[in-house]
Amino acid sequence: MSTTLESTASILESAPGTAPDLPAWFAERQRAAWQRFLETPAPTRKDETWRFSNLKQLDFSSCRAEVPVPEDTGRFIERSKGVGKPAAKFIFVNENLIEIESSLPENVICLPLAEALLLHGGLVEQYFMKQDTRLGSAKWTALHEARVSNGLFVHVPDNVEVEGTIEVFHWLAGRHASIFPHTLIVSGANARVRVVDYFGSANASDYGLCVAVNDLNAGEGSKLDYLAIQAFNEHTRVISVNETGVAKDASTTGFVLNTGASWARNESLCRLEGEGSRSDMLSVSVPARNQEYDQRTFQHHVSPGAFSDLLYKNSLYDDSKTIFSGLIFVDEGAHHTDAYQTCRNLLMSDTCEANSMPGLEINADQVKCSHGSTSSAIHDDEIFYLRARGIDPVRARQLIARGFSVEVVERLENDAVEELVLKFIDDKFAHIAGGGA
Amino acid sequence: MSYDSSTTIDRETQDAIDIDRSKGDFFFPERHKYDAGRGLSEATVDYISDVKQDPDWVREFRHKALRTFLSKPMPTNWATRDLENIDFDAIRYYLSDGEKPKRSWDEVPEEVLKTFDRLGIPEQERAFLAGVEAQYDSEAAYSNMKEELTKQGVIFVNSTEGLKEYEEIFRPWFGKVIPTGDNKFSALNSAVFSGGSFIYIPKGVKLKQPLQAYFRINSESFGQFERTLIIADEGAEVMYMEGCTAPKFETSTLDSAVVELVALKGAKIQYVTVQNWSSNVYNLVTKRGLAQEDAEIRWIDCNIGSRLTMKYPGVIMKGERARGEVISIALANSGQHQDTGAKMIHAADHTTSNVVSKSISVGEGRSTYRGQVHIPKHLKGCKNNTECDALLINTRSRTDTYPAITVKGNRHATQHEASVSQVSEEMLFYMQQRGIDEGHAMSLAVNGFINDLVREFPMEYSVELKRLIDLEMEGSVG
Repeated sequence: MSTTLESTASILESAPGTAPDLPAWFAERQRAAWQRFLETPAPTRKDETWRFSNLKQLDFSSCRAEVPVPEDTGRFIERSKGVGKPAAKFIFVNENLIEIESSLPENVICLPLAEALLLHGGLVEQYFMKQDTRLGSAKWTALHEARVSNGLFVHVPDNVEVEGTIEVFHWLAGRHASIFPHTLIVSGANARVRVVDYFGSANASDYGLCVAVNDLNAGEGSKLDYLAIQAFNEHTRVISVNETGVAKDASTTGFVLNTGASWARNESLCRLEGEGSRSDMLSVSVPARNQEYDQRTFQHHVSPGAFSDLLYKNSLYDDSKTIFSGLIFVDEGAHHTDAYQTCRNLLMSDTCEANSMPGLEINADQVKCSHGSTSSAIHDDEIFYLRARGIDPVRARQLIARGFSVEVVERLENDAVEELVLKFIDDKFAHIAGGGA
Repeated sequence: MSYDSSTTIDRETQDAIDIDRSKGDFFFPERHKYDAGRGLSEATVDYISDVKQDPDWVREFRHKALRTFLSKPMPTNWATRDLENIDFDAIRYYLSDGEKPKRSWDEVPEEVLKTFDRLGIPEQERAFLAGVEAQYDSEAAYSNMKEELTKQGVIFVNSTEGLKEYEEIFRPWFGKVIPTGDNKFSALNSAVFSGGSFIYIPKGVKLKQPLQAYFRINSESFGQFERTLIIADEGAEVMYMEGCTAPKFETSTLDSAVVELVALKGAKIQYVTVQNWSSNVYNLVTKRGLAQEDAEIRWIDCNIGSRLTMKYPGVIMKGERARGEVISIALANSGQHQDTGAKMIHAADHTTSNVVSKSISVGEGRSTYRGQVHIPKHLKGCKNNTECDALLINTRSRTDTYPAITVKGNRHATQHEASVSQVSEEMLFYMQQRGIDEGHAMSLAVNGFINDLVREFPMEYSVELKRLIDLEMEGSVG
């Protein structure tokens, strides 16, 4: 990593160079990915996966590669506050590791990706970006693959349960800086692990870009929880692509919180690959001012007898805009599928815009599937009820919006993590109440 | 029922649930004076215009539409690739015997009369209809309406007559609700349209009995392109029903209609369709209504036949308190794809819309719901409710749902719900235990599923629908 060089190159112009000490297969993958990035056409109006999207957001020519880490890294360490006592903690600034803490059992591999590539190259290769991107961002995941230099690799062996939470902080610093953080988690049979990724900006004014990929592989009977807390400044654009594979009797929870960024696109795809597998896909978004969140999800029932449940909630303020496009896809033969999908929009202003496209494609029998989508404002009666109890209308609306989000947060089923997520949500509400920016 | 050992049961239930499609499966030899031949070109359009003695503006309209049709790509970026199997060069675009529509069944040529007799049209007319138009290939063979309605100023004619004789009434709205370039198939229809109904209901006239049109394809490889425009003036009310059948030919045929409804202030239009084309007809239809202040437009739609149906009736609610509704039933059997849905465009305050769609997939049939609800900024008090339920009968049945809902601003409420389920073993077991055989039990369950929607159809139709399903359950119809 050439972190000491001042780089002004656009991320779209020159091919990135893989660090010379990394394995040959990885260098080859990066080279091929760059080629694929160049060859893949950019999305157009006609692509169903980009329906309602703001394609103007996809001009990344001003984003710079490999912006150096600021000298004063202490403030990032100070600001990296998660749950009280994490099982492990990693802090990255512009993909460079600046701090590491770990009290994990020895047989658990939990390393920065750059290091994991050196020490456990074969293992990483086995899982690294094995699936095609299906929800529209193939070009940008190719860019990610070509440019990724760091992130987190977690491998929990069979029958090992990791107590507590592994935390990773990704900071973005410098004008027009871009990062490509990668999170790869593999849980062995009957293992248990929880990882939280935080995304934040060094200051409130710098433009930035984050193209993140997270790959989750839940082995048989394991329990894998992954949370992404996206709280960048409101000049940052985000693309994050999630891939989850759930084996027999395994269970995963994927959670996304969006409070930051000017524009964020989340693509989450979950493959239920074994009988008795379960996936919970959850999200809370609180966009305000001109923020836009564009979320695409895919619940892929490959195996019969699996369960998936999706709950996405958006509270929209000011001129914000959300897009939710979800699909439950039940393969031929995936009988006895239970799949649910719900998107709810709480409209907090008369200029916000909520788009919902909840979809179903069912090719099997003995299936229980449903989806629901609602968009509505807070009813005057509810405000009246709270005012009658001496709560002013502004506070009353906030209370209701908070309660609306809490329903999702409670599904995380871990007090420390729930508290943390709610803190970010409350920060955002305070920010909105205070006039923002 | 286990999945692997159920092939025979599947066959039985599949047969059991199928409805009587054979009723329309017959045809008479062709006897055409005018035949535009196969394929589509400027010459085809001119031929149609010549035969119909179109005014110049209509001829120009057709030519412009043809250019639009040729320049538009197939919408396969979102729709099924089956569309690529339509051979536009093999289709015959205009066939007629050159006769004017008759006012009395006695004057209708014998074969045509026999056709409609077998379909029960004259009988229904006597029983409960205010007026009937019967279209045979490209043109109407029969068109009549109760005398008193003519006196009240109701106009019920075919498209050629409507544009020629009543230009001042129909031209201002013709092609306005659905512009030529709306989609590839509306452009095709605009180029070669023929037949269909042009209806005008004067201010305050409320029709107590429905008007009916019956569309019949009798010739192989023939494409039917009817064009319907209904205008209900202030406070008027009308119910219009259409039925369609075709015999099953060796080659596929195409029906591509454009239906425009205009409900002026306080008017009410109900449009009922029972589509029972044979299973090799591509049914690609554009239907849309425009509702002014306090007006109401309801689409009541039942799709049983065709190979591929793509139909998304829409309502543009342009005036305050306008109301739009789509009630839809689809039955997709093996070899069929019912791709239906609804479009609700809210364009004024306090407009409300409701979509209820139920589909049943049997055998390898596939049913799809596509919906669009659009509520723009700066409106208030708009409401939408969408429900779509799908029932899967066999292991290889398929169903998809793709709604898109856009809500801007916080003074609206929308809700969407969809569910997919099947007739449960318990339910069948329960009924069988009480001495009802499996076919009957399945029939009861399916009827129960769609019962609340069947009731929305005019009584004569709902009875017919139920009877059709029941008949098949007994296995008495082949």
